Amino acid sequence: MNICVCIKQVPDTTEIKIDPVKHTLIREGVPSIVNTYDTYALENAARIKDAAPDTKIVVISMGPEQAKNALKECLAIAADKAYLITDRVFGGSDTLATSYILSEAIRYVETQEGKFDMIFCGKQAIDGDTAQVGPEIAEHLDYPQVTYALEAVIDGESLRVTQQGPEEKQVIGVEIPCVVTFTQPPFDVRYPTIRRKMAANKAQIPSVTSAELAGIDVARCGLKGSPTHVKSTFVPVHESKLVLVKEETVEDSAKKLIGLLSDAHVI
Amino acid sequence: MEAKTKDLWVFVETKEDGSARNVGLELLNPGRRLADGQGGRLAAVIIGNKADAAVKAAGEQGADQVILVEGEEYAHYTTDAYVNAMEHLITKYGPTTLLIGATSYGRDMGPRLSARLKSGLTADCTSLDLEAGTGNMAWTRPAFGGNLMATIICPDGRPQIGTVRPGVFKKQAPMESHAEVIREDYHVPAGKIRTRLLEVIHEAAEAVVDLEGADIIVSGGRGVGGPEGFGVVKELAEALGGVVGSSRAAVDAGWIPYAHQVGQTGKTVAPKLYIACGISGAIQHLAGMSGSDCIIAINKDEEAPIFEVANYGIVGNLHEILPLLTAEVKKLKA
Repeated sequence: MNICVCIKQVPDTTEIKIDPVKHTLIREGVPSIVNTYDTYALENAARIKDAAPDTKIVVISMGPEQAKNALKECLAIAADKAYLITDRVFGGSDTLATSYILSEAIRYVETQEGKFDMIFCGKQAIDGDTAQVGPEIAEHLDYPQVTYALEAVIDGESLRVTQQGPEEKQVIGVEIPCVVTFTQPPFDVRYPTIRRKMAANKAQIPSVTSAELAGIDVARCGLKGSPTHVKSTFVPVHESKLVLVKEETVEDSAKKLIGLLSDAHVI
Repeated sequence: MEAKTKDLWVFVETKEDGSARNVGLELLNPGRRLADGQGGRLAAVIIGNKADAAVKAAGEQGADQVILVEGEEYAHYTTDAYVNAMEHLITKYGPTTLLIGATSYGRDMGPRLSARLKSGLTADCTSLDLEAGTGNMAWTRPAFGGNLMATIICPDGRPQIGTVRPGVFKKQAPMESHAEVIREDYHVPAGKIRTRLLEVIHEAAEAVVDLEGADIIVSGGRGVGGPEGFGVVKELAEALGGVVGSSRAAVDAGWIPYAHQVGQTGKTVAPKLYIACGISGAIQHLAGMSGSDCIIAINKDEEAPIFEVANYGIVGNLHEILPLLTAEVKKLKA
């Protein structure tokens, strides 16, 4: 099997702060990580490779030069090859433009690595939280898609995907080639070994620019190729309406609170 | 694509029994205001099999039109069948705006449709307005885990598409239906549907957590201290007839399954009563529950941000306070 895993380098959103005036990320001291959901996609690819060792895993990422660090982390964990998709004309892309560029990049990487049987993505990125790029790539490539996957296993000529449905888990059969986006699986993701980490550090990661992507329409890339625009941003504020319940004893406070809720017909 | 009308559509997702999922009905409420503002009609779009119940419910929520596509191939959601049907309807009628509930199926269909129509989609909106001057939709959504809010516009692409999470808006009281029902005979051949439902994995009843449908949620966070600590949270939830929620920290620590998680990466909820126990109130948690009618915070740290959104608060040890609250609730209900 030949698997492409799309990853994104993101700031760790559990630790980020926003500049309250400029509305920009304060990046100082905030670690950049491989988007958590993308690590689930990579882990699933690695599991397929565990079962079928002749499987090749290729990771790609669109982003600045710095994103090569995230690609190296993926090489250290499980990937065989990595490509960075990078060009100034790609900057400012919304999800539709990003997915278009990635789909063109996948076609290019296939000329180097052979046709992919499946494209794996994280369900969403933890910085944007849109969950759009995966299904949009599937549309550009005209492949079937399965989203919210917990686990995907090879089943003959198709893929058997356990999916988190709206109420219950369900198993979906999907033709190959396909796009699958992953959510948190019931198992842990693997860590890199020292040996793989050292090899990954030395790896040369090719940069793919718009010049390599022969058929790409640059009018569909970047800010100009994006149908959506950010009009404004603001930091959410909550007006406090707090009534602090603080009686002599904890028992009295509990009694007072339940009394207040009962009087307000909340309970 | 050019819009042919000024109409606003709400995709009303159906369940397998043909009834509507709540979020679609909820969206007809802001949909009315926005459709009036755009000078167009409000239509509910329903795709399903034997969806009479959903048609009735959409009419009772004030839709001017119900556009209905029925067939056995729509009984269970598949990306290919639903996206093809939506593409057909949109190409034929040309609405200017489309709202979709951000359920797992809505979030599967929305981006695929957006890429097919080459129009913009804004995901997980928390407020919907019209931009002054242009009449374009102004979609507001959280970014960076809820630390920043962004207002997004889609000036040229049509229809402008947005998804909204369940619970962000509220349904109206049912009214007499005046909806015109348009039945579209459109079928997707089996060969065009490239996924198959092989199996539904039925989980034990206690493993299914209906956070979005609950009137009362009692949530525990890091301050609960461990999996056993959720005992007092569960007892209070049971006494109140509510369900147990949690913060991401408690889920990440493995104290409680993901199904209980409230917040940006969990469920968005807006119950009548939300009791946050030992939850500091990280912005990603607030993004998922700050729309609750009444919020109670119980935390030993007086400075915890959860108090900023709470209506009532008690500063103290939750392990001491929760059993007392449970006892008081039981007394009240006795």
